[in-house]
Amino acid sequence: MTENTRHFDEMQAQDSVRSPYAEYDAWFATQNNTRLSNKSQEAEAFFRRSGITFNVYGQADAEERLIPFDLVPRILSNREWTKLSKGIEQRVRAINAFLHDIYNRQEILRAGVIPTELIANNDAFLPQMMGFTPPGDVYTHIVGTDIVRTGEDDFFVLEDNARTPSGVSYMLENRETMLQMFPELFSQIKVQPVSDYPKSLRRSLAACAPKSCEGRPCVAVLTPGIHNSAYYEHSFLADQMGVELVEGHDLRVRDGKIAMRTTRGYKTIDVLYRRVDDEFIDPLTFNPQSMLGVPGIMDVYRAGNITIANAPGTGVADDKAIYSYVPDIVQFYTGEKAILKNVETYRCSEPDMLKYVLDNLSDLVVKEVHGSGGYGMLVGPAASKKEIAAFAIKLKDNPGNYIAQPTLSLSTVPIFTQKGLAPRHVDLRPFALMSPEGINITPGGLTRVALKQGSLVVNSSQGGGTKDTWILED
Amino acid sequence: MFRSLERADNTARLLEAGFRIALTRSSDAESEWKSVIVTSAAQTAYEARNDGYDGARVVNFLLRDTDNPSSVLSVIKSARDNARLVRTALTTEVWAAVNETWMLLTKLLKEPVAQTEVPAVLATIRQQSALVRGALHGTMLRNDMFDFCRLGTFIERIDSTARIIDVKYYSLLPAASFVGSRLDNVQWETILRSVSAHRSFRWAVDGDYTASAIANFLILDGRMPRSLCFGASKLVDNLGYLATDYGTRMPSHDMADKLSARLKDRDINSIFEEGLHEFVGGVIQDNAQLGQQIEQDYRFNS
Repeated sequence: MTENTRHFDEMQAQDSVRSPYAEYDAWFATQNNTRLSNKSQEAEAFFRRSGITFNVYGQADAEERLIPFDLVPRILSNREWTKLSKGIEQRVRAINAFLHDIYNRQEILRAGVIPTELIANNDAFLPQMMGFTPPGDVYTHIVGTDIVRTGEDDFFVLEDNARTPSGVSYMLENRETMLQMFPELFSQIKVQPVSDYPKSLRRSLAACAPKSCEGRPCVAVLTPGIHNSAYYEHSFLADQMGVELVEGHDLRVRDGKIAMRTTRGYKTIDVLYRRVDDEFIDPLTFNPQSMLGVPGIMDVYRAGNITIANAPGTGVADDKAIYSYVPDIVQFYTGEKAILKNVETYRCSEPDMLKYVLDNLSDLVVKEVHGSGGYGMLVGPAASKKEIAAFAIKLKDNPGNYIAQPTLSLSTVPIFTQKGLAPRHVDLRPFALMSPEGINITPGGLTRVALKQGSLVVNSSQGGGTKDTWILED
Repeated sequence: MFRSLERADNTARLLEAGFRIALTRSSDAESEWKSVIVTSAAQTAYEARNDGYDGARVVNFLLRDTDNPSSVLSVIKSARDNARLVRTALTTEVWAAVNETWMLLTKLLKEPVAQTEVPAVLATIRQQSALVRGALHGTMLRNDMFDFCRLGTFIERIDSTARIIDVKYYSLLPAASFVGSRLDNVQWETILRSVSAHRSFRWAVDGDYTASAIANFLILDGRMPRSLCFGASKLVDNLGYLATDYGTRMPSHDMADKLSARLKDRDINSIFEEGLHEFVGGVIQDNAQLGQQIEQDYRFNS
């Protein structure tokens, strides 16, 4: 494909190697393909042994699958990272302030910065959160900001995953795997460590404990169970933090608090890191069919006797329609210009924009406002005429459900193939932790890579792989 | 024999921790490698043959230098020789596991280990050690032979853990909390990793990372299988089984009781008051004497 020449490659500039990759490139030149192929298989065995597998929904034989791991790291200089992390911190702070405002005085609506319908008609907006401030005034305890790059200094935020972002276990396990397989690289190249993340996570969660907490906060991770696609990550994080992993049926309300069943009776939980969606968290308040949540937990929450991380209702901020307003949100709450750029976004709810989108479907990416995982979207340039026509009908039926963005020329990073290095498109998800003590962003993140040549879809459910992400020391 | 096997296991853990710290946090890799050598009680022997500390030489010295009686290659050979001598006292599974370990490691350590292969080699040493231990637990009669195997294991393990604490004891003093950030003390991480307890610490100790919590965990926590307290109580247990079996209580038994009493139901602060360095030094000495007394009581060398 000739199109590769148009993309910004993070390793290879015109005829020289970009400086963050210089040392890696020198090392790579001394390697032979057979050894690296063997290493590739070793990596797979390593992942199988640790059990880092996931299930794909909607596939009958629920076989455990492995996300393919590519052994070429994605490398960023400390300078690049500093700018990114400042931008993420600013955004996370603004989004948290936005959530507080939306669930209290709604100044941003009064000021006309955001149209009221966008909140009023938003399924992720939870009226139950009105007039309530979570412990420590933290809504977004964990944020995984999706970032893409198109040029030397062009980083864009693609999504602000403020609900329960997943993938952090890959950030940690990919590094462990690289340390095992290529120790010599780490003695030559100084890479900032990521291994403190579990400690930071526990500390950050504990710092958000409610006032009712006596002594050292008890933290637990709530999982939907072993059939959930991210179960490995839930168990991994609980284990690494040294806290219990619980399911809804292990929990109950006792003396106005949430308590978990243990072999010694019930024990009060102060902070619940839940990996269960809002809708399922309390059958008494939300979906009455839910077996995954804890009946009554919302009452305990509103009484200030437990911290739920992330707070229910944070989805209103990472909605794809709200997304287009985030630069305004940053400006409104921080008084600063957004450091990180947004991707240009057409809101199909607005007639002018809808017309433009319909006229240009073959050049655009169209996404559902509440969708995730790369499902239900149209990638115009890659779609057939028939697919585009079918999508146009769906779009006209319910325009408010969609946004459209230009197809970005995502940067590439090489992957290892039998024939040597080959460029593939990547994105990046760093993880930010928020507590009253501040915002902590681990230097690294999850790099997802589209393994198919020319493909722009990096989602693991759609054939994407992962890479270790290196932030170099100065 | 089990003393040797335990030493190989501990050396592998120690190297693993050193290797990792040198790779990921190496502001001062040289001093990190030096403390690995000092912990292995091999400083004199090492310095006689090497000038300066670096990963390749330290790894080589501790894994394969046959002039170093404590190298993995040396101790595995001695364990295997020993096992052949007492072949009839071992089950076939234990013997085969020891023999296989020796064959495998001799082959693996024939040439200097390339840096790229170090993690795999260390993992193999740990796996083989687990194999032998599993065979012992699963198949041996619980007779005096078994007790002696366990005694060797714990004499060695106490020595190893005590040395790890001793070499970095300054970082475990309560005042050391001021050095570096509380969250990220590299010395603590090394110590915990050296006894493969960086994860279990988080589970077992319901408190923040502090110097005294870590010292308490490694010295006084009876749940931690590499703590001094755990080791001492196992020595008492096994000497007790021997006393019942033989119908005589030996002097070594009293010594073990005394050692164990110093580690049981104590407050870590009283150890700090006594002086951590002095305390741990005392344990190393008493443990060594106990080892000799056991050899004497049960006529190992006569």
